[in-house]
Amino acid sequence: MSVFNQSRGRVIQIIITSVFLIITFQLINLQLFSSKYKLAAENNAIYRKIIYPDRGIIFDRNKKALLENTISFDLMVTPAESKGTDTMALCNLLEIDTTEYKKRIREAIFKNTRVKPSVFEPLLGPELYAKLNENMYKFPGFVLSERSVRTYPYNTAGQLLGYIAEVDTSFLRKHKEEGYEMGDYAGMNGLERTYEQVLMGQRGIKRYIRDNKSRIQGPYENGVFDTVAIAGRNLFTSIDVEVQQLAEQLLQNKIGSAVAINPRTGGIIAMVSSPSYNPNVLTGNARRKNWGRMIMDTAKPMYNRAIKGQYPPGSTFKPLGALVALDEGLITPSYGVSCYGGYGACGGVYVRCEHKNAGHAANLRLALANSCNSYFSDIFRKAIDNKKYGNTIQGYLKWKEYMNAFGLGRTLEVDLPSEDKASIPDTSKYNHFFGGAKRWNSCSVLTLGIGQDKMTETPLQMANIMCIIANRGYYFPPHFVDSIENEVEADTMLLAKYRNKHIVTRISDSAYQAVHDGMHDVTVYGTAAYIKIPGIEYCAKTGTAQNPHGKNHSIFVAFAPKDNPKIAVAVVVENGGYGSVVAGPIAGFIMEKYLNDTISTEGLPRVETITKTNLIPDAIKRWYYKKDSLRIAKIALEEAAAKAEIQEENDKANTEAILESNAIPISGKDTNQKIKIKSSFMLNDDKRKRRDSGKP
Amino acid sequence: MIKQHKISQGVDYTVIWLYAILVAIGILCIFMVEYRTDTDWIQTFLSGKTNYSKQLIFAGICTIIATLILLTDSKLFTAFANLMYIFGILLMLSTFVIGKNISGSKSWIPLAGGFNLQPVEICKIFTALALAKYLSRQETDFTKLKSQIIAGIICLLPAVISVAQHESGMALVYFSFFLVMFREGLSPIVLILGFSFVALIISTLLIEPNTLAIILTVAAIVVIYIFRKNIKRSKGILYLILLIWIASVGIQRFAVPFIFNNVLECYQSARVYSAFGKDYDCNLNQRSAKKTDKAPKKPDDYNVRQSKIAIGSGGLFGRGFLKGTQTRGKYVPEQHTDFIFASLGEAFGFVGSFLFLLIYLFLLFKIIAIAERQRSVFSRVYAYSVASILFFHIAFNICMTLGLFPSPGVTLPLISYGGSSLVSFTILLFILLRLDADRQMVLR
Repeated sequence: MSVFNQSRGRVIQIIITSVFLIITFQLINLQLFSSKYKLAAENNAIYRKIIYPDRGIIFDRNKKALLENTISFDLMVTPAESKGTDTMALCNLLEIDTTEYKKRIREAIFKNTRVKPSVFEPLLGPELYAKLNENMYKFPGFVLSERSVRTYPYNTAGQLLGYIAEVDTSFLRKHKEEGYEMGDYAGMNGLERTYEQVLMGQRGIKRYIRDNKSRIQGPYENGVFDTVAIAGRNLFTSIDVEVQQLAEQLLQNKIGSAVAINPRTGGIIAMVSSPSYNPNVLTGNARRKNWGRMIMDTAKPMYNRAIKGQYPPGSTFKPLGALVALDEGLITPSYGVSCYGGYGACGGVYVRCEHKNAGHAANLRLALANSCNSYFSDIFRKAIDNKKYGNTIQGYLKWKEYMNAFGLGRTLEVDLPSEDKASIPDTSKYNHFFGGAKRWNSCSVLTLGIGQDKMTETPLQMANIMCIIANRGYYFPPHFVDSIENEVEADTMLLAKYRNKHIVTRISDSAYQAVHDGMHDVTVYGTAAYIKIPGIEYCAKTGTAQNPHGKNHSIFVAFAPKDNPKIAVAVVVENGGYGSVVAGPIAGFIMEKYLNDTISTEGLPRVETITKTNLIPDAIKRWYYKKDSLRIAKIALEEAAAKAEIQEENDKANTEAILESNAIPISGKDTNQKIKIKSSFMLNDDKRKRRDSGKP
Repeated sequence: MIKQHKISQGVDYTVIWLYAILVAIGILCIFMVEYRTDTDWIQTFLSGKTNYSKQLIFAGICTIIATLILLTDSKLFTAFANLMYIFGILLMLSTFVIGKNISGSKSWIPLAGGFNLQPVEICKIFTALALAKYLSRQETDFTKLKSQIIAGIICLLPAVISVAQHESGMALVYFSFFLVMFREGLSPIVLILGFSFVALIISTLLIEPNTLAIILTVAAIVVIYIFRKNIKRSKGILYLILLIWIASVGIQRFAVPFIFNNVLECYQSARVYSAFGKDYDCNLNQRSAKKTDKAPKKPDDYNVRQSKIAIGSGGLFGRGFLKGTQTRGKYVPEQHTDFIFASLGEAFGFVGSFLFLLIYLFLLFKIIAIAERQRSVFSRVYAYSVASILFFHIAFNICMTLGLFPSPGVTLPLISYGGSSLVSFTILLFILLRLDADRQMVLR
């Protein structure tokens, strides 16, 4: 009986074996050939916690910290795990309603998917943090995550330092290779942006095992895959925080800019653009509140006029004109012209001079001290019509080349983002304007020689030219960061351009001496005669840029001391009138503070007076007044229409007009800015107080 | 005392060793699943509160049961086979009255001390014995259809009760007795038909109904063309082919939807569909529609997906004992019972899983070898029953964790946590060893 059907035992064995083979194949398939399961398991079970390092600190030249780090907390949510959260309790704590709650969850899902944590409420205040921390058990899917936040102990230099903010999608797209993730903070402006790679440090990642309810079970593989957070490195800048504070104070209630550079290194000592803002208003959860208001502000507190504002240099250009002529060998310091109140060699184009007495332009020194328009018109024509270059176009191009070498019409590559190159117009622009290359000559663009026409400079460029003159022919590109902590090769490459000496002219020291003497005379008996720095001789040049839309802009450039200069300054105050009236004293106090470390007791009341002087145009004052009203939309429409009209007129008027003495054609770009301010509105008193109260 | 000597004489120690190894692996796997880094494992092992500790106690109980079985006389089993079968059936029926509902299946009888007994597990043993008893009767001629039908009823009666208790997974296991009957002379056509039926159901799920009908028709025409000469000789073949064709199309058009919509419950249909990557619309299901008016929720294949992730993440050598992140995170539901193979796959990888499968394969082949060396039909049928039950359990369970088969909810023999399961498999195996020890005897 037992032998019966014995072959069927074999069949059963075959069936069993084949089923086991199928199982084995599936095992091979799952375990050896499908990598997705390993990934899926890691996504499931490994919780990556990013450890944010401390950002680097930015120090001033005396090792005072311009900003510091404090700890704040973000409320993070992982939408997929947030089911079962006590929504009402959370909404009550955060003082939001459930619609807002749902909206934020939707946003989080949209931004960062359902399974990754996103910021629900950033940068909680200490009180809210304490309340939330007690109640976190009610809110599954929510965690409090630590985040380092900037504070600014000196309440200063907001525009220079920039700010950090959460990265957005466009930022992530642009910086794909740098390992940012949604929810990270990055430097968005100023030094924080330029030196982001240095300051950010290296994020660390800790891995934890979590269970199906997302509870942490312990470190993954005892932490062998964890990386340590490396703190960001510190920056040592040339900023002098006290000078910076003083400059900001002096420019209060004004629109304008001041730049002070150490000519020996190119290190920027102070850079102010007014109106400025207290950087503390853009940190923590204050940011949300203030950001919109600052962006909308017509006086543009976020706009760094020192590197973006464009002003016709006016008379402050004259020393440069002299340098070109000297370097070309067209004149010697003893060259003189006879001026009887104006320059008439161009016939129709007559440039008036403020002086009529004979001999006020008998040599370069006198001409500079007296700011003789005829003299500088004359030497400008000499440069353009230089026989060496054949024709006007070539002559002009050579002149433009000089300007570019002096750092005009191009960026100086300062270590702040979005520096403007201002304008030294190209020949094509004039060809277009006059209707052909043959239809203009040195007379047509004559006022370029006295810093007018279509040329503009940024305050930074003005200060840099002072450096060149102070250094007698060379400069280091202006910059803030002198050195980086634990400098690595990449940093050295980053800073190399600032350590590279640019030699601009080959003019003899004696010729430079004439320029120096002329500028010194300005401070002795010239336009800046009443601005004194106790115990220090200095050189300066005033300028007044005519403004067709209001009071002239006040410009002042200087360097001090006369021998062995240590600081070069440029100050522009919009609507400030003559250069010596507002800009001059401001520059004087900046130099005094830097060189003497303190302001003399006689100077202090004057500092107060200047601080209080309000030169903000009425238009802006009115804007602040109207800001809250519903009329804003209507005004914006009218403004746009008016702007288009005025701009057309201006462009035409600029070069065609035959200009009197310091008459100023304003370049198109500059006009834009001014019109924006003009057709805008104004501070009412109480608004202004609020704005100013943020400042020291 | 003389009897004591005799016990160890005929007992097959290989099977005992394999049994011991598997139980040990099982306890380790449960330990792996439940382990927490901060607990003192020696203490928890002895506390009796954790599942691995309980399983250790069950193993102890099983040792006693096994010894007792080895001490009995083989004739006892032949004598009481039918009685025990009736007892088992009554036990199963009693669950309708005193049953306890555990995870949707009212198939448990609560015992003292928080333990529960699942009669359907125990009943497998009695059914195996009853089948062996019936087939080994002198008067049974298994070539006759009548005896085949009676044998079929013996096997499927517990399955029917089991289905009524919503424990359909266990019911499937009772089909394993068809392998035994095949060995004893059941026509292979039954197996082939069964296999074809399953294949037809699967293709119905995978292929769009009309396309499948066309494919079947084309297949029928091709077969008729091939056999055209034979058909000329006898029309019977033509009719047979046409009959098969009509049956197939009928099954795929009417029978399969009927089974899914009217016989199976919504979650079962959905499980079957999802195993083949399809979604089942529960609104079609008559049984669930009758019970609730609520729109039935669409069940997902979370268990199987997580189990595949766990096994897949094991790789070649696995993550190592106690290091599986899926296991420690408890991502796989029921990972100490039905899905325990997932933890094993994650911790020990392909190499470990394959070796583990080899142990099972070796055990199965060993039992078949034991079956073939029996002199008495009773022992042989019983041995084949043991092999088939084990094989079905292993195949269903592992295929389920690997996503090859819809999850019927059967345990992995000797590994899964659970007293009923462990005790019943122990009894199953040790009765076999007892019978095998007396293989020189002819038992009826």
